[in-house]
Amino acid sequence: MSQARSSLPRTIAAHAALLTYTAIALFPVFVIVINAFKSRRAIFTEPLALPDAESFDLVGFQTVLKQGDFLLYFQNSLVVTVVSLFCVLLFGAMAAFALSEYRFRGNMMMGLYLALGIMIPIRLGTVAILQMMVASGLVNTLTALILVYTAQGLPLAVFILSEFMRGISDDLKNAGRIDGLSEYRIFFTLVLPLVRPAMATVAVFSMIPIWNDLWFPLILAPAEETKTVTLGAQVFIGQFVTNWNAVLAALSLAILPVLVLYLLFSRQLIRGITSGAVK
Amino acid sequence: MRERKAFRWHIPIFLAPAVIVYTAIMIVPLFATLELALWRVVDGATEFVGFDNFRILFTDPRWSESFWNALGNNAWFFLVHMVVQNPIGVALAALLSSPKLRGAAFYRTAIFIPTILSFVIVGFVWKLILSPIWGIAPSMLDAVGLKALFGPWLGKEETALTTIALVSVWQFVGIPMMLIYAALLTIPEEVLEAAEIDGITGWSQFWKIKLPLILPSIGIISILTFVGNFNAFDLIYVTQGALAGPNFATDILGTFLYRTFFGFQLQLGDPHMGATIATAMFGIILAGVCLYLFGIQTRLRRYQF
Repeated sequence: MSQARSSLPRTIAAHAALLTYTAIALFPVFVIVINAFKSRRAIFTEPLALPDAESFDLVGFQTVLKQGDFLLYFQNSLVVTVVSLFCVLLFGAMAAFALSEYRFRGNMMMGLYLALGIMIPIRLGTVAILQMMVASGLVNTLTALILVYTAQGLPLAVFILSEFMRGISDDLKNAGRIDGLSEYRIFFTLVLPLVRPAMATVAVFSMIPIWNDLWFPLILAPAEETKTVTLGAQVFIGQFVTNWNAVLAALSLAILPVLVLYLLFSRQLIRGITSGAVK
Repeated sequence: MRERKAFRWHIPIFLAPAVIVYTAIMIVPLFATLELALWRVVDGATEFVGFDNFRILFTDPRWSESFWNALGNNAWFFLVHMVVQNPIGVALAALLSSPKLRGAAFYRTAIFIPTILSFVIVGFVWKLILSPIWGIAPSMLDAVGLKALFGPWLGKEETALTTIALVSVWQFVGIPMMLIYAALLTIPEEVLEAAEIDGITGWSQFWKIKLPLILPSIGIISILTFVGNFNAFDLIYVTQGALAGPNFATDILGTFLYRTFFGFQLQLGDPHMGATIATAMFGIILAGVCLYLFGIQTRLRRYQF
């Protein structure tokens, strides 16, 4: 039966096509990483060679670390991403629970209102967001970024999580109610643990745009103390445009955290997508 | 019935944090921006001018030229995505979902990696690869005897925008791939087996059975691409700068908004014209989303299994 669908030549062709595209996808990353570990001369003469004993050089990383601020940028990115994610997940799950669990007047409208933000990008409000942040003195604080990213992440989080929560059996929750649990306890102790896979999916989806965003850090928090890694790397490239060792090393360092997180969560991501979290 | 029940305080409490943050940071500024577009600073005083800013944006040569240029570029940018990104994404997903393919998880993970990279990295590395000076691209083309094809693609007006669009396709092809892949996996085995019994296999099976079933997913991807493209900014900013060179050949609405709002070189920033551009973008995106929701999505047939 399945033989018809997987003959040998076809399998080989499929692998060849996929391998070719994988090479195209990974080649630029490969170029950055190998050259980050080479001496300046070697970068120019043989950009595609792997670093060997002769061309191996860590001068780029030394420059980046001496420059000193990168650790701070990492810390900023980390704080912004983690706190925003926490807020997105907590607030999003709470709202999703209210929408999926209770029937009340305006439920539908509230769901649509919150879903609006999935399609309309928050960037369009930038002019007024900046004015608001200036007025409230939040410019050049990480709080401004956290607020913006929380608002940005909420619509999709509410949408995905409420889809998931609709699938949780009522019996469990009613058993909790009979045992005298408050609605809050039901949410935090019964429902939250059950939607953990969906939360992980939402986390991955929300994390990548937050970590990589350039627009809001550039506009709301460009000060030295509040730069994120993405903005820091952009400015660094501008300053060290001729010092390629340093730039390549900085880029390698900027790839690392998000790559590690992605590899850790990628299973979860696939499972989330295929189980219908995003449809 | 309702009178006897106590007010269920937990509902507003569950909803409050999300609704407050979302309303305060997203909805209110969005409408405040739309409102700002109706005002203008005249002789140091803010004055209500109605839709006059839009008239200026669309027809006054000082603004309209940049605006229509940016809009046209943006449309081309979107078109390249639709024509290149979606077919590649569908093809990769179709290959990945072929049964008994070994290493599917590896391919999936690897091909999605560009999508998680920041624009700063993507922009810089492609600038390096395509640079005529450092020249990985020229020497690679040389190796296969095609050096004559090489040109400073990012620096030439005719090719810069398409080159950047293709870089963006390279970065985001993982998204259609994943979503289509997920859609293909949900096609039940019986449907495919029934097709095989009828002698429909291989390519014709893909065209006649699978493609119609994944059309709704392709619709969603198209609208996501549309929204993403019409508020894109980062990739062009990091590769070509806020001026979107050469000679504004890569200027799209996002970079135009940024320049107008913040000013550049000698021109001062203008929040009201910035808001006007943002409103125009809002209108375009809204029109696209409505067209999709009411015109396309309702017509696509969904099959329930």
